[in-house]
Amino acid sequence: MPDTTAERAALIDGAPAPGVKKTDPIVVADGVQRTFGGVHAVDVDHVEIPRGAITALIGPNGAGKTTFFNLLTGFDKPNHGSWSFDGKPIGGVPAYKVARRGMIRTFQLTKALSMLSVMENMRLGAQEQPGENIARALVPALWRRREQQITERAQDLLARFKLDAKADDFAASLSGGQRKLLEMARALMSDPKMIMLDEPMAGVNPALTQSLLHHILDLKSSGMTVLFVEHDMHVVREIADWVIVMAEGRIVAEGFPDEVMSDQAVIDAYLGSHHDTDLGDLTEEQQAELLDETQAEVEREEDRTDG
Amino acid sequence: MDFSFLLLALGQIISPQTIAYALAALGLAVQFGFTGLLNFGQAGFMAIGGYAFAITTLRLGFPFWLAVLSTLVATTVMALILGIPTLRLRADYLAIVTIAAAEIIRYVVKTPDLIPITGGSDGLNGAAVTFDALNPIPPGSYGFGPLRYDENDLWIILVGWVFVIVVALLVRQLMRSPWGRVIKGIREDEDAVRSLGKNVFSYKMQSLILGGALGGLAAIINIIPTSLQPDNYGTQTTFFLLTIILLGGATTVFGPLVGAIVFWIVLSLADGFLSLAVQYHWLPITTIQQGPVRFIIVGVALMLIVIFRPSGLIGKKREAFFA
Ligand SMILES: Nc1ncnc2c1ncn2[C@@H]1O[C@H](COP(=O)(O)OP(=O)(O)OP(=O)(O)O)[C@@H](O)[C@H]1O
Ligand SMILES: [Mg+2]
Repeated sequence: MPDTTAERAALIDGAPAPGVKKTDPIVVADGVQRTFGGVHAVDVDHVEIPRGAITALIGPNGAGKTTFFNLLTGFDKPNHGSWSFDGKPIGGVPAYKVARRGMIRTFQLTKALSMLSVMENMRLGAQEQPGENIARALVPALWRRREQQITERAQDLLARFKLDAKADDFAASLSGGQRKLLEMARALMSDPKMIMLDEPMAGVNPALTQSLLHHILDLKSSGMTVLFVEHDMHVVREIADWVIVMAEGRIVAEGFPDEVMSDQAVIDAYLGSHHDTDLGDLTEEQQAELLDETQAEVEREEDRTDG
Repeated sequence: MDFSFLLLALGQIISPQTIAYALAALGLAVQFGFTGLLNFGQAGFMAIGGYAFAITTLRLGFPFWLAVLSTLVATTVMALILGIPTLRLRADYLAIVTIAAAEIIRYVVKTPDLIPITGGSDGLNGAAVTFDALNPIPPGSYGFGPLRYDENDLWIILVGWVFVIVVALLVRQLMRSPWGRVIKGIREDEDAVRSLGKNVFSYKMQSLILGGALGGLAAIINIIPTSLQPDNYGTQTTFFLLTIILLGGATTVFGPLVGAIVFWIVLSLADGFLSLAVQYHWLPITTIQQGPVRFIIVGVALMLIVIFRPSGLIGKKREAFFA
């Protein structure tokens, strides 16, 4: 394993605190506010997302994480505020253009296109298909070759996400977890600069979660920036380089995973009661150890009753 | 007993009216079945297209092709006017606006002040001149039994069917292309498609324009053998078209064609049987009640289809609207 501590330390330019400057930010947001009626769903003074790293956005239910995603990606309009992506301001840019610039997001409530096949879902994620133009669509010779390339890439990704056997099925026939996987794979079709995942692990079984975590780490090593919302602290601790904590629309803390999770303000705002060492906080080895111990104890117990 | 209505019903298979409804329904299938746009004013697109053709032909003396072009321009303008303010909003706004627009058009063209242009409630006669002038078929009477066609009837039937088939093949090609994939994606979830970098608004607009244009062209086929009657383009027509696409399969290209044929045959058969039933007192209804009753029959038929074949006569099961 490379020296992640040094690597992570190089992300920031200053001491960890809400709004801290990053050495190489890909997203910079300023004064972004969104209210629904009287509720300040998002009220972010300043935040920067580091390029080429995995950043986790955490916070209790209703903290404004999804709304913040919607704002950044052009799916919702703020009351005011400005933000830039890759050095260019993208406030007010329509969602489809944000996506074309290389910032692709997935949805908390999955949006698989049910009546299209899994393969068609994937192909739709590709960019620069000339056949998406109505006039060229009528002349297959103009788009067949690109379609071939797209299909190959899709097969590749589907295999990675263990969906290749489902390629020709309707997306409607996938399970909830499989839809999450499909949505993530589809988002990767365009080779984005940054991918924003809204609770990618929700409903995915533990074995697959592990392999998903590896995929995300792979994305990082291929140079992609990842921002993800996640409630499972175990996952956050395992892959995040940087953690941003939201509560009631504001950013209440930022820091390296281990430090943020022991930060009293964060524990108060968010982790609260479920931070008492539960299984999610233990590493796998610890879990295995604990299991062995319990089993041994049970056996001893049984021996005694037998004897 | 006179059973000649059976043959007349058979005549519905090839009648210009069936062709026109097939084409307009195909346009509606593009919008509703494939893109998910709730256009409840397809009759309005037909009216605009029909009037553009008839007015430019009769009042301005346009040659045939130029009059057809006017139809395409008129329906495109209508699609833009209706689409620009509504296609960014929730789906139901388009439904409200299109249904209202279609009615507005019908009332406007019937205004007495516009008689010199639109012919008022009498509509416009004789818009077929430029089309009939192109007819290469020698004059005469063709067909058999009660199904007799003169050379001009035959001309529009031939041209109409060739045109519908060609258009259907083009639409099928479109729907199998990456363009069609985006369109179908929008029907499923437009936000998902947007998140993948597609300009959803533009695609919806293209679909609305394409479907509207087919409606306009359908009106030309409808008025050539008869005349342009404003009341033929009321809300009822739009609902006939919706019935047709649900009947045939809203998410198929050839469903609207099959649907149109079946629809007019069933309507015509229902009419014939009811006439007999009235004549021989099999049913306790009068001639006046006969008209509405045949629509009840069509309504029941539609319910049965929705229950037993929710994807339409030729639709694939998985793409059913009422599954
Ligand atoms: N469309 C909307 N209309 C009204 N209020 C909304 C809307 N969307 C979000 N809100 C409110 O904004 C606040 C933030 O919601 P948001 O969905 O961003 O939370 P979240 O952090 O994603 O929560 P979760 O972890 O449960 O997904 C909540 O109080 C919510 O009720
Ligand atoms: Mg959320």
